[in-house]
Amino acid sequence: MNYHLNHLKELESEAIYVLREVAAQFERPAILFSGGKDSIVVAHLARKAFYPAKLPFPLVHIDTGHNFIEAIEYRDWLVKEIGAKLIVGSVQQSIDEGRVVEEKGFNASRNALQTVTLLDTIEKHKFDACIGGARRDEEKARAKERFFSHRDEFGQWDPKGQRPELWNIFNGKKGMGENFRVFPLSNWTEMDVWQYIYSEKLKLPTIYFTHKRQIIERDGQLLAYSDYLITKPTEKPKEMQIRFRTVGDMTCTGAVISNASTLEEIIEEVASSRTTERGTRTDDKRSETAMEDRKKAGYF
Amino acid sequence: MTTNGYLDMELLRFTTAGSVDDGKSTLIGRLLYDSKSIFEDQLEAIKLSSERRGDEHVNLALLTDGLKAEREQGITIDVAYRYFATPKRKFIIADTPGHIQYTRNMVTGASTAQLALILVDARNGVVEQTIRHSFIASLLRIPHVVICINKMDLVEYKEEVFEKIKEDIKAFIAKLDLKDIHFIPISALNGDNVVTRSKNMEWYNGPTLMYLLENIHIASDENHIDCRFPVQYVIRPISTEYHDYRGYAGRIAGGVFNVGNNVTVLPSGLTSKIKSIDTYDGALSEGFPPMSVTLTLEDDIDISRGDMIVRSQNMTEVSQDIDMMICWFNERPLQPNGKYIIRHTTNEVRGVVKEIVYKMNISTMHRLENDKKIGMNDIGRIKIRTTKPLCFDNYAKNRITGSLIFVDEATNETVGAGMIH
Repeated sequence: MNYHLNHLKELESEAIYVLREVAAQFERPAILFSGGKDSIVVAHLARKAFYPAKLPFPLVHIDTGHNFIEAIEYRDWLVKEIGAKLIVGSVQQSIDEGRVVEEKGFNASRNALQTVTLLDTIEKHKFDACIGGARRDEEKARAKERFFSHRDEFGQWDPKGQRPELWNIFNGKKGMGENFRVFPLSNWTEMDVWQYIYSEKLKLPTIYFTHKRQIIERDGQLLAYSDYLITKPTEKPKEMQIRFRTVGDMTCTGAVISNASTLEEIIEEVASSRTTERGTRTDDKRSETAMEDRKKAGYF
Repeated sequence: MTTNGYLDMELLRFTTAGSVDDGKSTLIGRLLYDSKSIFEDQLEAIKLSSERRGDEHVNLALLTDGLKAEREQGITIDVAYRYFATPKRKFIIADTPGHIQYTRNMVTGASTAQLALILVDARNGVVEQTIRHSFIASLLRIPHVVICINKMDLVEYKEEVFEKIKEDIKAFIAKLDLKDIHFIPISALNGDNVVTRSKNMEWYNGPTLMYLLENIHIASDENHIDCRFPVQYVIRPISTEYHDYRGYAGRIAGGVFNVGNNVTVLPSGLTSKIKSIDTYDGALSEGFPPMSVTLTLEDDIDISRGDMIVRSQNMTEVSQDIDMMICWFNERPLQPNGKYIIRHTTNEVRGVVKEIVYKMNISTMHRLENDKKIGMNDIGRIKIRTTKPLCFDNYAKNRITGSLIFVDEATNETVGAGMIH
C-alpha cells in the first residue's frame, strides 16, 4: 500500500488545517485579499477547508487606489463566484482624512501608507486574526515568521520575542486589543503556488500572463506607465511584451519581459528564472531591512 | 524540470543544528547554491553585504540570517525556514541556532522534522553541543539522523580523523533512541561530499549528503496503524442543500480510516460508524495521515472540537494524570504546583504541575534527581494533572497525539512543550 501524499497535497492539507484552526480559535477572522496569486490560493483553500459550508470569513482588500484594473475586476468576480463578503479599506480615504501623507517625488509609492489603512481597518472591524498569503521563501525577514504571528495592540511584530511553534499546535491566545496574522502558505514556495494553481485549474487576473503594455524603465525595473507614476522628463514610455510576477501597487510592481501565455509556460519560466519574484518589487529595495522594518510596523 | 515531474515530488522536512562556528549556515548556503535555489538578486544582495562587512569570501551565512540583529551579530537568533527543491524532492529546512541558550529553537525545529542534520567540526570532534543535539533529536523522535563531520579540509581530509569522531559519537548515542544514523565527511566551504563526491576523500564510499537527502526512505515514517482523528471544527452548513449535514473536520493524525469503520468518540465513549470521508474534491473511501478531511458518522451523536475519533478496537489512553518529558522555553521557570493552559491536539484544558521528577543535564545525559528547578532551555521529567481527561498516546507511538504545549495563563505565551510517556 502506498499511503503517501505528494508535496502539493501535503502543503494543501497543512494550509487547510491552519485555516480551520483560525476558524476555531478566533471570533472575527478575515482574509487579507490583494488579488495576487497567493491570496487567490488562500481563498481557494479556505473554500476547500469549510466545504460544503460557506467561507466563515470576509475578504478584506486594502486598496491603494493605484490598482491594476484587471486585479480589481478579478477581485469582484471572485467575491461573487465564492459568495464571500468583501470589505475594502481605502488608502485614498486615509489620505483624505489626513491619517497619512502621500509620499512625494519620482519614487513615490503608497505601499508604506497601506500599513496605516490596514491597521485602521483591523481596528474598525475588530478583526482578531488576519489571514495573509505571505510565504517564508519570499524574503529573509519572512523566513522567520510563524504560522500564527502575534501582533501587539499597536499591530507591531516583535521578531525576537516570537512564540515557539511546535508540531501542529498553534497558540492563538491573546490579550485585549492584540491580534494575529496567520499565514497558511508559510511553507509554500513560488513554484509550489504556480504548480498548485496549475493542478487546481485556478483562474487568475490576466496581468500574470503576457501582454503588451506601455512601460517605463527605471533603475533596472520595468514599471507600468500610468497616471499614478510620476515620470522624469527623460523617461518615455515604451511598448513592451511583458507580464507581472506579483500583483501589488502599480507604482512599485515591476514587470518582466515574457511571452508566457499559459500556466505551463509560466512554470517553465519560474523554473529557469534566476531572480526572485520580489526582485521585481521596488518597495523591498529601499534598504536591506526594508521588509523587516515594515513588518515590525504592522505591514502584511 | 517538467510540469508533471514536479507535481509528484515528496516533501522532506529536516532540521539543522551545529555549534556557533561549525559552518552550518555555510552548509545550508552550499545546498541552496548548488541546487540553484539561490537567485541572482539574493546573491547580489549578500555579495554587497559581505563587501560592506569586509568579509573575505561571499558570506553564504548571510542568506539564512534574516533579521537585522542576526546579521549585525553574525549569529542566528531564531528558527529560520529555508526551501529548496531538486527534481526528486522538495525540502524544508528548519535552521536552528546552536547556542546553549537556544535549546528552545532546536526543539521547535525538531518537532516537525523527519531528519536531523548534525554538524561536527572535524578539528574539535565531539563537543557538548554534539551530545545536546543528538539528545534532542532522540527526545523529539526525529526518525533519521545524518551526522556531517565538517571542515575535513582543515584536517587534511584524513580518514582517521573521521573514523575517530564516528566511534566517539557511536559510543554515546548507544544510550539514545536513534534508529537510522548516517555519517558523512564533508567540507561545506569547498563543497566536498555535499552535492558532488569529493576527490579529496577517495577512502569514503558512502553517499553524498544531497544523495542521502534525496533518497532516504521516509514513506514509513507516519504511523499507519493506530487510527487517530482529533476533531478540529464542526462543519454545519446553514443551507437548504445540506440541511442535515454535520461533518467533523480535522487532520488525520494516525492510521488509515475507511468508510464503514466502527469508531469510538473519546473521551465520551460513544460509538458509531464512518458514513463518509468528505473533501471539496469529492468523497474518499479511505483517509490517512496527514490528510485534512471531513468525517460524517451514521449516528447523530454529540461531538465537538477537542474530541478524538478512533477505531473502536484501538483506543488512546484517556487520563487526567500525565507523565512527560518537558522542555521549558520561558524566563520564568516552571512553577511546582503551577497552573497552566495545556494544549493537546485540538483540545485545551487546564493543568497543574504535580511533581518534578528530575531534570536532565543534556550535555552529559545525566538525570539530576536533586535539582528540580526547570528554567529556560531546561529539559526534565514531570507529572501533571488536568481538569478534564486528555486522549493521548505515548509520544514514541505518535508525535501528534503524544505532544502538548504549556501556555502561561497570565501572558498567553507558549512556555513549554511536553512529550508524553
